[in-house]
Amino acid sequence: MPLKRAPLGERPELLKMTHINKTFRGNVIALNDMNLTVNQGDFISLLGPSGCGKSTALRLIAGLMHPTSGSITWQGGQGEGDLGVVFQEPTLMPWARIKDNVWLPYRLRGKTYGQVKDEVLAALKLVGLEKFQNAYPRELSGGMKMRVSIARAMVTKPRLILMDEPFAALDEISRHKLNNDLLALRDAVGCTVVFVTHSVFESVFLSDRIVVMAARPGRVIRELEVAAPYPRTEAFRTSPEYTAYAREASDALHFAMEVAA
Amino acid sequence: MSATDTLPDTTAPDSSAKPAIDLDEERRARRAKVAAIARWLLPSLVMVAFIGGWQAYVTLAEIPHYILPSPLLIAKTLVEDWALLWPAMVTTGRLTLLALLLAVFGGLSIAVAFTQSRWVEMAMFPYAVILQVTPVVAIAPLLQIYVDSAFLAALLCAWIVAFFPILSNTTIGLKSTDHNLEDLFSIYGATRWQRLRFLAAPSALPYFLGGLKIAGGLALIGAVVAEFVIGRSGTGLGLASTLLEASYRFNFGRLYGALILISVMGVVIFGLMSLISHLLLFRWHESALKRD
Repeated sequence: MPLKRAPLGERPELLKMTHINKTFRGNVIALNDMNLTVNQGDFISLLGPSGCGKSTALRLIAGLMHPTSGSITWQGGQGEGDLGVVFQEPTLMPWARIKDNVWLPYRLRGKTYGQVKDEVLAALKLVGLEKFQNAYPRELSGGMKMRVSIARAMVTKPRLILMDEPFAALDEISRHKLNNDLLALRDAVGCTVVFVTHSVFESVFLSDRIVVMAARPGRVIRELEVAAPYPRTEAFRTSPEYTAYAREASDALHFAMEVAA
Repeated sequence: MSATDTLPDTTAPDSSAKPAIDLDEERRARRAKVAAIARWLLPSLVMVAFIGGWQAYVTLAEIPHYILPSPLLIAKTLVEDWALLWPAMVTTGRLTLLALLLAVFGGLSIAVAFTQSRWVEMAMFPYAVILQVTPVVAIAPLLQIYVDSAFLAALLCAWIVAFFPILSNTTIGLKSTDHNLEDLFSIYGATRWQRLRFLAAPSALPYFLGGLKIAGGLALIGAVVAEFVIGRSGTGLGLASTLLEASYRFNFGRLYGALILISVMGVVIFGLMSLISHLLLFRWHESALKRD
């Protein structure tokens, strides 16, 4: 049952970053006055060259570090299980079976496996891996491990999922497949995603909003909307519309590289 | 999302099931089979040749038994002195295992303390190293003076040698957790205990088991040293004291018998530790992964 998403511009606010600055030791400015509003149902890509602070922004949202100044506010406050994270590596516990890996977010909140078995299996089913619930991570391919990682991020039905270049280490075929699957998943569970990438094509294919960032100091250069309708299929990848958006994003990225140099 | 991916084939290729194997594969399969047999056969042959040569040398050169006993004499002594050697082996074995158990307990506790508090580690680690690098043979006589119970002194002696590899390996293991998993645990608000139990401990397990393998051998060495230095008063008549006594009496058959039994104990301990390690790791750890 695909959930109805409000059109861009009419979505209620979920999270707001206002005047975020982050300075590291040695006066390295990782982020300079970043403002970003994440609305419910958004698929936002943070696109930029290395060192533009996109991963820093993600870590700030995740609460893994605190901004030097500025604020991050959740609409209605941040609750337990509001956040799911997918890293560049699958980051599974090699000693735990697949189902136990997906159980982890609940387990750390004191839930026994029996209490959340249905949720765990449902999440695995969503990524098509329920048959492998008893396997160990090393028995799975890279793409499958990444899907387990996605299932783990989604199992608590979080309001926001953060993804830090999750498909960068995969081959192109797996990556395309996971792109498609991710969009299907998003339609199925209706989650909000902030996605870090340095691939123009990936960002255009996935997102409805692209935030282009520049380095030294890390900052937001442009924000563009990809108004192409979902569901987006393989045909979208070769459409003129896609190419036009890709050009726009690519130009913005080049501009970002120039101002940094 | 579809489940069209399949598990990689982890079962060994079954050569009989496939009718057509090319020449290259056949040669490779044959080579693997030969290697599997040779792995047992070659050391056995070396052993037979060595013992045979030894026996021949002693017999032909008429070497007196108090200089070099023949393998046959040693075998005979092993059987005849079994009533004496077996209890000695039990005694040494008990000391070794007890020391190893305490080393595991002590090494693990101190390692956890070290990783839970950086201050404790900074303050104590140098002393753990000093304890380790000072030869145990040099410490043993002191233990005998200061510790009233000789058995306790012997145990302490074996413990000191055995605990360090467990401590240092486990400490490294507890610290070598995946940083992304650390972050994940933070995001999900894991407590200190959950971190230790669900993340640090399983990460440290392979390191700990590596330390355990070394500690098993060292516990035996510690026990032997303790028996040599502290003597039968403390430990009862163990294999090492039996060996020492046999050498005073020029009973070289018994000396070699005791020596062989000590070796056997070392091998058994190593085998046991390897088995434990395999059982705990074979499902998930890379070290237990078989590649063709």
